[in-house]
Parts: sequence; structure tokens; C-alpha cells
Amino acid sequence: MGWILVTSAAVILFLQNYPLYIRSVPTENELKFHYMVHTSLDVVDEKISAMGKALVDQRELYLGLLYPTEDYKVYGYVTNSKVKFVMVVDSSNTALRDNEIRSMFRKLHNSYTDVMCNPFYTPGDRIQSRAFDGMVTSMMIQVC
Amino acid sequence: MMSKTDAEIRFGNMAELHGTKVQIPYLITEKNTFKRMDDEDKQQETQSPTMSPLASPPSSPPHYQRVPLSHGYSKLRKSTEQMHPAPYEARQPLVQPEGPSLGGPGAKPLRHQASLIRSFSVERELQDNNSSYPDEPWRITEEQREYYVNQFRSLQPDPSSFISGSVAKNFFTKSKLSIPELSYIWELSDADCDGALSLPEFCAAFHLIVARKNGYPLPESLPPTLQPEYLQAAFPKPKWECALFDSYSESVPANQQPRDLNRMEKLSIKDMADVPVPTQDVTGDDKQALKSATDEALPKDMSEDSATPKDSNSLKARPRSRSYSSTSIEEAMKRGEDPPTPPPRPQKTHSRASSLDLNKVFQPSVPASKSGLLPPPPALPPRPCPSQSEQASEAELHPQLNRAPSQAAESSPAKKDIPYSQPPSKPIRRKFRPENQATESQEPTTAVGGPASVATVKPHPTVQKQSSKQKKAIQTAIRKNKEANAVLARLNSELQQQLKEVHQERIALENQLEQLRPVTVL
Repeated sequence: MGWILVTSAAVILFLQNYPLYIRSVPTENELKFHYMVHTSLDVVDEKISAMGKALVDQRELYLGLLYPTEDYKVYGYVTNSKVKFVMVVDSSNTALRDNEIRSMFRKLHNSYTDVMCNPFYTPGDRIQSRAFDGMVTSMMIQVC
Repeated sequence: MMSKTDAEIRFGNMAELHGTKVQIPYLITEKNTFKRMDDEDKQQETQSPTMSPLASPPSSPPHYQRVPLSHGYSKLRKSTEQMHPAPYEARQPLVQPEGPSLGGPGAKPLRHQASLIRSFSVERELQDNNSSYPDEPWRITEEQREYYVNQFRSLQPDPSSFISGSVAKNFFTKSKLSIPELSYIWELSDADCDGALSLPEFCAAFHLIVARKNGYPLPESLPPTLQPEYLQAAFPKPKWECALFDSYSESVPANQQPRDLNRMEKLSIKDMADVPVPTQDVTGDDKQALKSATDEALPKDMSEDSATPKDSNSLKARPRSRSYSSTSIEEAMKRGEDPPTPPPRPQKTHSRASSLDLNKVFQPSVPASKSGLLPPPPALPPRPCPSQSEQASEAELHPQLNRAPSQAAESSPAKKDIPYSQPPSKPIRRKFRPENQATESQEPTTAVGGPASVATVKPHPTVQKQSSKQKKAIQTAIRKNKEANAVLARLNSELQQQLKEVHQERIALENQLEQLRPVTVL
């Protein structure tokens, strides 16, 4: 149950509701992002429980827009191992389409899987993989 | 990869510039105070000849093979600098193969850089090679390749199959690098991110570990010579045959100088490992012969053929001892991954080692001493007391120890107890004395006459000396065995702890899984 937060701004990846990976582009509002992400975690949990089915496919991994605030949109994604990816993007970024968000989450998920493949990485650690960092940076640059 | 294409684009622009100008953006972005002026000079030397081939877009990996890697490397570095100027500059990779100690300020001259390299125990003759081919540490030499493949085989008999992640993790953990570094090395080398290492991936990872242990900072991305395609092309799947060397022969000339550098790495590893036996040879050697011997010894050790044209002449110096040293170094790095090798080394065929003429010692004394001297000494560790023996090995040896006195046919078993409680060297000698006394008293049909006859009988003193030398040799061998045992026991205990931790984690995960399951059912 990790989650990743990506804002125009930040990326936070959480496991069991504590962060595995946090990344924000403008760093000044980080606290606000953290707060938003924590509240969004509840929404994610709600959606997970609402799903309730045994089979979860790729589409259901993507949770879509969790809730829009006045400034930001929060998107969620959950993996089969209950790792949550949360992305917060600026509302001014109207250019971002749903499928773009999906593709970003897919990339995140793939990178996360690659991190998992590393035998020296124990699940639950903070993610320090440079490849992961690079991917997230490129994504955030693209978003901003 | 994005970085590479960026680099290529950037380089395409820079290719038009004069060689000196190429350095300027590098200098500007570089904040570490590497000797810039000298870098310029150095890189001018190396890059001006390579400017023309690199003017064309260097897109294919084979291109990297042909070109000295300095330039390709600077490209990678520049690209990463652009992306992450601050953190990565502190890890300027291998334009100059200095270690982390080189963060110091000041424009050090090229000679000083070379002296730093010397601090890694590079021979003086290699300085020029180092400066002109700064990136060659990432090129795997033939000997290294053989060694890596050997190690791969020890973990996974089928060279075309994979080493699983956990196996590789245990193996590389023995190198005593930190986990984040190992994690990073894995990230670099596992190109397909499948959680397993194929043979080229394994060689790349091993090579990175070797380089890191030698103090080279890890690169930002996998160097071209370490990429699996390159490794597979340059080194087809090994069958431990000359075919391997034949395929490599074409790239041998290009690798001669890099091989020097890698020999340097080997030697630096040697110094780090501080193997006593070979270092005796090392200190007495001319470094040139050393380097060449090293170069030759490894292939000799790993396989029968040696296709190294450069040093075939000066090879014969001391290949065997050198080979032992290099294998021992790798073993020292890996802490007992090759358990069988360290113990026999001092005892077995040291045909050319001058330090321990065990063969000479053993062979003549075998027929000479029939008093059972030979069989007991290997089994006669200097165990203080049965109560003090902590390790199982000691316990095993102890019964042999008890057998030894009986074989020695001494008349004073009490004297045996005393030597047992004393340091290694003494019991042997004391055993020797009761031995002599026993022989004196009983006069067995042995060449080892009584001590009384030592002065008179000439062959006997020499035999005794030989056997005492032999005993000392055996003592040292036993000591080394004990050390190896201690290391292995420690490693075992560490691994056991790790295993316990992993078990606990697994249990915790399973519990979590169980807790999570009800959530979805809702």
C-alpha cells in the first residue's frame, strides 16, 4: 500500500500509508501537497473497497480523478500489491488528458516494478533508484 | 536512452568546434577542481585524434568500441551534468580514474594525477596509458572476463542461463560494498530489469564492483563496454576454450593499453587484499615484470591458453604465484566465495614460488620420514585444550590430534598435553622433540635418527631441517585455514541472521496480506 504523489509539484509513493517516495517540483508547497495526499489516501481506500471484486485489471488500477480542489487535481492509481500512486497536478495544467495521466501512471508502475526487481531493494524502503528518479523527473518536466 | 541522444546532439554541435573549445563547456559545467588545464591538454591529446570519427553521429554501440572511450564518456558526463548539475558533479566519472580522494581543490598537474593513480599501485609505466585512456577501466580484459565467467559458473552451471536475484545478491554482498551502492550497480547492470543476471549482465556487475572497490566512482549510466550487447558481441558465450581468445584477438590490440589499466586494477586489488605469499614476490619484483606476470598469470590460472601478445615475453617470470595472488584477491574481496581455493593454495603446487618450496620440502621428506611425521602434522593443529576448542573444525581436528601422538609413538604423552596448550609453532617443535626421543628410544626404521645422532649423521640434520621447514609451512597453512574457517564461520553467522530477518519480513508480509484480503471482499 504505497502511494506516489506527483504534482506539477510532487511525487509521493506510499507503502501502507507511509511514504516510499516523495518528489515535488516546486518545493515550497510541499507541506500542502502532503496534506492533500493524505486526505486523498482516504479516497483511495474508499475506491479500493468499493471495487470489491477479486479480479483487478489494468483499468481498475487507475482510479482516476480522486477529487478536485480549487487549485489542484489529484489522481490515484493502485497496484495489485496495494501500492498507491498519487499524483497531484496543477489545475492550470488543463492540457493534461486522462489518457496522459494513465500513461504516466503506467510508466510509474513500470519503473516501480523495475525497482522491485532489484534484489538489493527491500520492499518498504525508501526508493533510491536513480532510474526511478530520472523517470519521475522527466515526467514532471513534461508535465510542467 | 535520453541522455545519450542528448549527448549526441550536443556533441554533434561541439564536433564542429575546435578541440580546445570542446573543453570549455565541460569546464564551465564542471565544478570539481580537477586539474582543468591539464584536463584540457590531456583531453586534447586524446580527443583531437578522435574528433573526426566522432563528428559523424555516434549512434551505434560498435562505434564506441572503435573510439577511445574518453570521448564517449565525456559525452555521458556532460549529458548527466546538464540534467543534474549539482549532485552528479561530485561524482565525476572516469575522465581521470581517481578515487574519491580526489575531490581536493587546486590545479594539480597531470603528474600528480598520475601519482594519485600510483596510489592505486599502478606501475609507473602505465601512467601514459592511464592518461590517454581514462575510460578504459570500464573495459573488461580477457583475464577479468575469464574470472567473471568462472564465478558465474560457480553460481550457475549453465552459462546461457540466469543467476537469480537472491543468489546474485548474496554473492555481491560478500564484496562488502554498501547496499545502496550494490543496488545502484544492479540497476546499472540489469539492463532488462528482469531481476536476474545473464552472463554479460553478471560480468558487467562484477566489473563495476571491482572498479568500485578500486575506488572508481560509479558511472551515471552503464558504460558502453559494459552493456550486454557489447559484452556478448565481444565475448561470445564462453566454453573455456581457445575459441574465446580467438574471437577476442581482434580487439586485443585495442585493449592492450586498457589491459594495463586493468592490470593496475588487479594489482590494486592485490594490494588491498594483502596476500602474504605473493607479495613476497611482488616486493622483490620489478614492476614491469610484475605487471606482465599478472597479465599472464590470470589467463594461465583461468585457462590454459594466453593470447596476450604484449607480454608473452616477460610472462614466464612468476605466473603461478601471481595467479594465486590474483585469485586470492578476488577471493579476499568476495570473502570466501571460493572456499576450496584458499586452503590448498599454500600447500599445493608452488612449483615456481620461491617463498615456500613446499614441493622440495615435501618430496624428499616423504620417503625420509616414515615415523608418521607427515600424516599427523596436517592433522595437528595447535589446539590449546579440548575444552577451549570452540569451532567444529577444531573438534574435528582434535581426534586427529589424539591420534597423532599415538602414531608418533612417543613415550611421554604428558608432553603432548603441554604443547597443545601453547601457540601453534611450539607444539610442532615439541612434538618433534618427543619424536626424536621416541625414535631414539625405540629406534624405528626411520631415516629420522635420534637427536643424539644428529651431529654425527649428516643426512639426518638436513632431513630434520626439511621436516621442520615443512612443519612450519604446514603451520602457516593451518593458520591460514583457521583464518579462512573463522571468516567463513562469521559469514555463516551473518547470513543466518539475514535469513532470520528475511523470514520475519516474510511473515510480516504474509500477515499484511491476510489483513488486506478482507478489504477487497467488502
